[in-house]
Amino acid sequence: MPCNFCILSATAMDSGCALTKTSLGMDVYRRTLDSWFMRGVELKPTNTGDPEYFHKVVDCQYACPAHTPVPQYIRLIAQQRYSDAYLVNWESNVFPGILGRTCDRPCEPACRRGRVEEEPVAICRLKRVAADFKDDITPRLPKAGPGNGKKIALIGGGPASLTVARDLAPLGYELHLYDAQAKGGGFMRSEIPSFRLPEKVLDEEIGYVLDMGIKARFDTYVDSMQAILDKHYDAVFVGSGAPRGRNLPDLSGRDTADANVHIGLDWLANVAFEHVKTIGKRVIVLGGGNTAMDCCRTSRRLGGQDVKVIVRSPFEDMKASPWEKEDALHEGIPIIDNHVPRTFVIEDGKLTGMTFEKVKPVYDKDGHRELVPTGEEPAFYPCDDVLIAIGQQNAFPWIERSTGVNFDAHGLPVLNKVTLQSTRPDVFFGGDAAFGPENIITAVAQGHQAAISIDLYCTGKDLTARPAPDVTLVSQKMGIHEWSYDSAPTEDLRLTVPLADLDRALEDRKLEVELGFDLDAAFVEAERCLNCDVQTVFTADTCIECDACTDICPTSCINFIANGPEDDLRTRLAVPAIEPEQALYVSGPLETGRVMVKDEDVCLHCGLCAERCPTAAWDMMRFTYSVTKATPNLMEVG
Amino acid sequence: MSFIKPKFRHPRLPTNALGFTVADYDGAISTLCAGCGHDSISAAIRNACFKSALEPHRIAKVSGIGCSSKMPTYFLGRSHGFNSVHGRMPSVATGASLANRNLTYIGVSGDGDTASIGMGQFIHLIRRNVNMTYIVANNGCYGLTKGQDSATADLGSVSKGGAANPFDGIDLASLAVLQGASFVARSFSGDKDQLEPLIRAAMAHDGFAFIDVVSPCVTFNNHAGSTRSYGSTRDHLDAMPVDFVPVREEIRAEYAEGTSHAVTLHDGSVIHLLKADAGYAADDRTGALTAIRSAQQDRRILTGLLFLDPNSRDLNDTLELASRPLNELGKDELCPGSKMLDSINEGLR
Ligand SMILES: Cc1cc2nc3c(=O)[nH]c(=O)nc-3n(C[C@H](O)[C@H](O)[C@H](O)COP(=O)(O)OP(=O)(O)OC[C@H]3O[C@@H](n4cnc5c(N)ncnc54)[C@H](O)[C@@H]3O)c2cc1C
Ligand SMILES: Cc1ncc(C[n+]2csc(CCOP(=O)(O)OP(=O)(O)O)c2C)c(N)n1
Ligand code: SF4
Ligand code: SF4
Ligand SMILES: [Mg+2]
Repeated sequence: MPCNFCILSATAMDSGCALTKTSLGMDVYRRTLDSWFMRGVELKPTNTGDPEYFHKVVDCQYACPAHTPVPQYIRLIAQQRYSDAYLVNWESNVFPGILGRTCDRPCEPACRRGRVEEEPVAICRLKRVAADFKDDITPRLPKAGPGNGKKIALIGGGPASLTVARDLAPLGYELHLYDAQAKGGGFMRSEIPSFRLPEKVLDEEIGYVLDMGIKARFDTYVDSMQAILDKHYDAVFVGSGAPRGRNLPDLSGRDTADANVHIGLDWLANVAFEHVKTIGKRVIVLGGGNTAMDCCRTSRRLGGQDVKVIVRSPFEDMKASPWEKEDALHEGIPIIDNHVPRTFVIEDGKLTGMTFEKVKPVYDKDGHRELVPTGEEPAFYPCDDVLIAIGQQNAFPWIERSTGVNFDAHGLPVLNKVTLQSTRPDVFFGGDAAFGPENIITAVAQGHQAAISIDLYCTGKDLTARPAPDVTLVSQKMGIHEWSYDSAPTEDLRLTVPLADLDRALEDRKLEVELGFDLDAAFVEAERCLNCDVQTVFTADTCIECDACTDICPTSCINFIANGPEDDLRTRLAVPAIEPEQALYVSGPLETGRVMVKDEDVCLHCGLCAERCPTAAWDMMRFTYSVTKATPNLMEVG
Repeated sequence: MSFIKPKFRHPRLPTNALGFTVADYDGAISTLCAGCGHDSISAAIRNACFKSALEPHRIAKVSGIGCSSKMPTYFLGRSHGFNSVHGRMPSVATGASLANRNLTYIGVSGDGDTASIGMGQFIHLIRRNVNMTYIVANNGCYGLTKGQDSATADLGSVSKGGAANPFDGIDLASLAVLQGASFVARSFSGDKDQLEPLIRAAMAHDGFAFIDVVSPCVTFNNHAGSTRSYGSTRDHLDAMPVDFVPVREEIRAEYAEGTSHAVTLHDGSVIHLLKADAGYAADDRTGALTAIRSAQQDRRILTGLLFLDPNSRDLNDTLELASRPLNELGKDELCPGSKMLDSINEGLR
């Protein structure tokens, strides 16, 4: 009978059992039809020459939309090289100080440390450490290049447009940035409250970009795309965000209550620009996203004493990040879930409260959720003011359809997903304006790509010929058993960032709540990083199959077994590899005919396999992966 | 150089019947040379104890001197251990086994420790059938003292210095069979599929279980011309695969008639000798000697279970000692008093 994994047919084996070993005296046939068939499904040796293979092993960097080289800057922090750590970030994500406070941090759930221990590395807050403790880095920043005669218009002054500007300025483009607001930064300035993101940090990092000779026209709302096009720009970048907050226009009492009902987005902007300075004592915030969290916390600082968040969905399903919810709860703001708003209650022409229908979530077998009324009496909550923070939309009233920029049924621009080019070749989109509301780091990542496209477009090149990432792979060996990185994983648990005194924070809307790590804490936290960019690199030719690596590996990653199809191989490892997202590293055939299979999932990058290898078949090699920008080699950081 | 093995383990490590993971059987990080065969044996012992679900605190490790004898530090960090002087582990093991017959004893020795300085002691372990597993990590040299030829080095094997060995080597497995050992096996450090079940069977065996394990010294005896390098061992290996099914485990694999030969141990565990022609009779002492000899003549290294007498009587039984371990007997049991003495004396009148 054919065996399902070892490509041999044999008698005296139970049916295709992957555990049965081929044994002496067994009748083994190698050239049956089945065995030829099976041969084709053996796993091929991993192509480590493909930059994406090792990139994927660096979980955090891979998860970051801008692919910031996280372990590299964390090591620089541990080495007290804060300026270098900052510049590594700046090259990649343009706003390290801002992001170190506000990033949605998709890197952290991806962090390998979270798979071997309770919590991931505090990647985001380490970024802030680099920003807080750097020296004056301005002399090291690139300057605007000598003019190349091309002019680009940037509509909107948020992170997307600023990134395009930063990437194109050194190439000599003349950059005209238009924004309706009085200062640059887009939503980072108007929406994110100062107690999370101080103005000083914004001014500094936006300044670094604007100081590269950007011609900024603030307080200038662009009301016609055609008017911009008429100015004969070589290309136009639209980074105008998703500026419209959703309303609840049909709810009973909405119109009468209007004086005390505010759209969250607009209200936050009004607070930021100091048009609004107070709010009623009792405030209801509708919605469960991050905007709702910013609204309720801001209300607490503007005089709101009894502030509640009331949300339709169950607490666990809320869109807000877990830490944002925690921060709101910490400031004494209850979150009431499974309540659907029904009416604004008006007495004597004035808003006195709201009623809500109570619901419960019911999930079908595909996990789709439906909110089903419980049939209970509607709940009434009294209030003086209501903030509606239930979502955000794109709106492009200023782009005439006659310009050739087409929009889809949802009102979003029709774009090439890679080049971000619109249906009009000289118009590009990025950030929230491109695919709907996301976050800062996504806007930055798209800004980089748009800048590349604009440069290719302006130089008459093929937009689909994207530049390959810049990768290197260098051995970290310093002596027989010595590595150039701290290979031994530390056992410290994740540190929490200290907070400002709550009473003081609630009195001052501008007082930053998070104090950031001090340098001792930063070192301890930095040392928690497992250095996933230092790759385990295997050379089959020199392996003598002594098993030393398998035996020493603390997390049982390395196996020497018969090859087979991937699904089957995954079940036959010392610890079955059940995470399909995590790659298997497979060697070519070894002397004994077996292959080396390493499950990348929980490798600690401790280097013990390489230390115990007598023939240096394993080496620990640092892998760098840099997304190539419109201006390559923006920075030199050793 | 790392001196500590990180504490992190795979979050989905399987557990055994006691709820332990294999990590619970780890020892300190090894200080042997990278790639030393001895480390693989350590791992095989660790894995075997895990798979057989032995309680770490019911195991005692004993050893002599040599790189091989350092091994017990590197596995079973929660077990008892005694690192004796060179070649004298057998006396310590004999005494310990008599004092507490309920522990599982694992002796680890080298070819120097056993076949040279310890030969006089070793032979008496066999003769007395002390209930223990005795593993020789056989690298054909004195690794710890920088690679001198040992007494088991093959005739003609070239040392690292370039000299061919002028003497015939002592074959410890043949010696053990000849001397009446009740369990004799041979294996290779690079063949855990065979070594692990052999160690598990040896630990289940009632009596002296000897395993001679070819274990290349990667630093002093892994060059061309050495007969005990990884390459040479693999080239000449003639492995008889085995499977071990402990008594309480349900039998997973079934072997078709005539393809294997099952041997049942005293406690009901079964060793399957997976040699299809079933020609190898592990209970035939003379046959075992002949098989080893003829393999040697063909320059094959015959590995597997070479000989087993499942009905052997270990030292404690032979001496008819109390079934309770001696170290548990208190003053009242050991010194039953004048009344008892009187009654004994009475019986002698
Ligand atoms: C309350 C709130 C909190 C948030 N918190 C976070 C957070 O903590 N972390 C995070 O990563 N993201 C957060 N976000 C999301 C983040 O702010 C956005 O995803 C990001 O700013 C989008 O960047 P952008 O460059 O696409 O556009 P924006 O930042 O929205 O900038 C667009 C700019 O264009 C201007 N503009 C628009 N139309 C015109 C026009 N016609 N003429 C001239 N100017 C125009 C606008 O005034 C605005 O300044 C938050 C969003 C909100 C609403
Ligand atoms: C009484 C005594 N004599 C000699 C020595 C020196 N010595 C230490 S280890 C050793 C040989 C070890 O060889 P082996 O048992 O094969 O172990 P290996 O290092 O090869 O694993 C010798 C002779 C000693 N330690 N004690
Ligand atoms: S670096 Fe090597 S020894 Fe360490 S966890 Fe990864 S595979 Fe295992
Ligand atoms: S000297 Fe030889 S026997 Fe000793 S640890 Fe090194 S490789 Fe192993
Ligand atoms: Mg030796």
